[in-house]
Amino acid sequence: MARPRMIGDHGQAMALVRTPTKAFWLTALLLVAFSAPIWMSNGLLFLLIAGLAYVVGAIGLNLVTGFAGQLSLGHAFFLAVGAYTATFISSESTGTTVGLGIPEILVWLPAAGIVAGLAGLLVGPIATRLKGLYLAIVTLGLVFVGDHVLREWSSLTGGVGFGRAAPDPTLLGIDLARTGPILGIEVARSALLYWFSLVVAIVLTILALNLVRSRIGRAFQAVRDRDVAAEVMGIDLTRTKLIAFTVSSAYAGLAGAMFAMRLETIEATQFNLLLSFLFIAMILVGGISSIPGAIVGALLIATLPSMAGPISDVVTPIFDVLAFWRGDAGFPLDTFQLEQLLYGSLLITFVLLEPRGLMGLWLRIRNYWRAFPFSY
Amino acid sequence: MAITRPLGTALPSTQDALPDEPVVVADDVSLGFAGVTAVSHVSYEVQPRELFAIVGPNGAGKTSNFNLISGVYRATSGSVCVLGRDAATMSPPEIARMGVARTFQNIELFENLSVVDNLMLGRQQHMSYSTVAAMLRTPAVRRAEVANRQVVEAIVDFLDLQPHRASLVGMLPYGVQKRIELGRALAMEPKLLLLDEPVAGMNLEETEDMARFILDIRDELGITIIMVEHDMGLVMDLADRVLVLDFGEVIANDVPSVVQRDPAVIHAYLGGSGEDVEDAAVAKVTG
Repeated sequence: MARPRMIGDHGQAMALVRTPTKAFWLTALLLVAFSAPIWMSNGLLFLLIAGLAYVVGAIGLNLVTGFAGQLSLGHAFFLAVGAYTATFISSESTGTTVGLGIPEILVWLPAAGIVAGLAGLLVGPIATRLKGLYLAIVTLGLVFVGDHVLREWSSLTGGVGFGRAAPDPTLLGIDLARTGPILGIEVARSALLYWFSLVVAIVLTILALNLVRSRIGRAFQAVRDRDVAAEVMGIDLTRTKLIAFTVSSAYAGLAGAMFAMRLETIEATQFNLLLSFLFIAMILVGGISSIPGAIVGALLIATLPSMAGPISDVVTPIFDVLAFWRGDAGFPLDTFQLEQLLYGSLLITFVLLEPRGLMGLWLRIRNYWRAFPFSY
Repeated sequence: MAITRPLGTALPSTQDALPDEPVVVADDVSLGFAGVTAVSHVSYEVQPRELFAIVGPNGAGKTSNFNLISGVYRATSGSVCVLGRDAATMSPPEIARMGVARTFQNIELFENLSVVDNLMLGRQQHMSYSTVAAMLRTPAVRRAEVANRQVVEAIVDFLDLQPHRASLVGMLPYGVQKRIELGRALAMEPKLLLLDEPVAGMNLEETEDMARFILDIRDELGITIIMVEHDMGLVMDLADRVLVLDFGEVIANDVPSVVQRDPAVIHAYLGGSGEDVEDAAVAKVTG
């Protein structure tokens, strides 16, 4: 008789969910995630939908930067490509903007991924020749080029300051943006949109997890750690980097479309360097080179604004007491400033104290408890 | 420790696959870097199933010869033929795919990956599924992964790496890392194995273990081995033939017993030319 819980074959050893304990916690987590619209407030759910888009984008960035080791500051560019592909396909043409008027999400969401992936494939050949800081500079340039193009191309973007209607999510004829109770159960606004985003994020997470435990994912990490040795192993460096760029850009494109669909209007100037840095922050805080890390980091960064509110409630009275500050411009801090402060301090704290991010923190805690009752 | 497991059940022997012509033919090869001549008019042949050692003082061009064979460097003049093809016309990955594996003088493992993943990277060229298939984890991908994992586990058994299988390579001691690097090269199912200082920095026990592994690899799998090593005792005991280099030039190329009494070799290793040092030199080179 086989011993219970023993891993018996290699297939089992390489499975995503290896132990009953993991399966239990994963099920619990999924239950909480899927039931969120029932117990969560409108505001927080709205943040979470953005969070799910961030999750997809952060996984994409972690593939190219965390796993393949190619530092990319151009993530915002690929998000923009995805967002505007989606908008172009889903919105009707108006007097000032062009569009195809196909609101079906199963058309424009994959299209956003494919077009952004192709954009990554086009930029790839330049990017694969460079390493480290030089690559960062080139991808930085990409953001500025993209930003400029979007500002000028007003038939696509509707022009700076105006923007255009965001893509309309319609799944097989059902408007995902509609509100009201579902099957008699009272749910938060945009519950359908949330559930759809959740399913997309889960599917893309599984695809990414499969990728990183395959020969492709191992090649990514080999290229990152030692490229000479990787070449002698028979790994084609250029090809591997190109794959990383393409897949990462496709994820960014999907994220851009998911991010745009929850908005009323999208504006050309929001895909800037700050957005790229936000994604770097997500994978740094969550955990470089870890898919769960990217997810945790993205959700944390996405929900920071909701934490900034309560913190400012505490901080503002303190500033009020310190009356001499009130005469200065900019004090007390408003919520936006506090948010920026939080991002900044999170980044600095993690880079200094735990470069492996929340995942590294979790590993420490887990190993501590594994070793726990100490034998003294 | 000394138990040798039948590695041949997991890795096919190259005994039959190898042609009878030489595995490596270096013909009047030179290699220079901006004024420095690393390799100068070197010619040698390595026969199938031979354990061929390259020795020489520091800077003699031993590792440069390896880099010429594995395609990392291109010869300035002359040619290196590997497994019947000109190495200068191929990229390092192409040469690797032909069946040339190597280890490095300074360990070049992927430190952030586990032992098993490092060995799986050696299997890279034996898996060919596409990126899309990998993301979907199709049954074919799963089969390929399991089959290759079996080979890797056989190598883990052979090299006694079981306790370290899941550890990150960067955390393991030096001697173990050397063994892992040998395992990774072995996982490639090479026809030609290049070992760059396999026992450098090892103690006596680790050296003897490594010597046993090297002999087993040659005898059980019939892999041709070229070895660069400073440990003269090991070289003289193991090698079928020894090539001695000094300042990029060949000064001897023969069986160990002849090489270790060659005056030019003794001169290269100890300097001077006096007869008085010769006895001491013979003792030194013999190890």
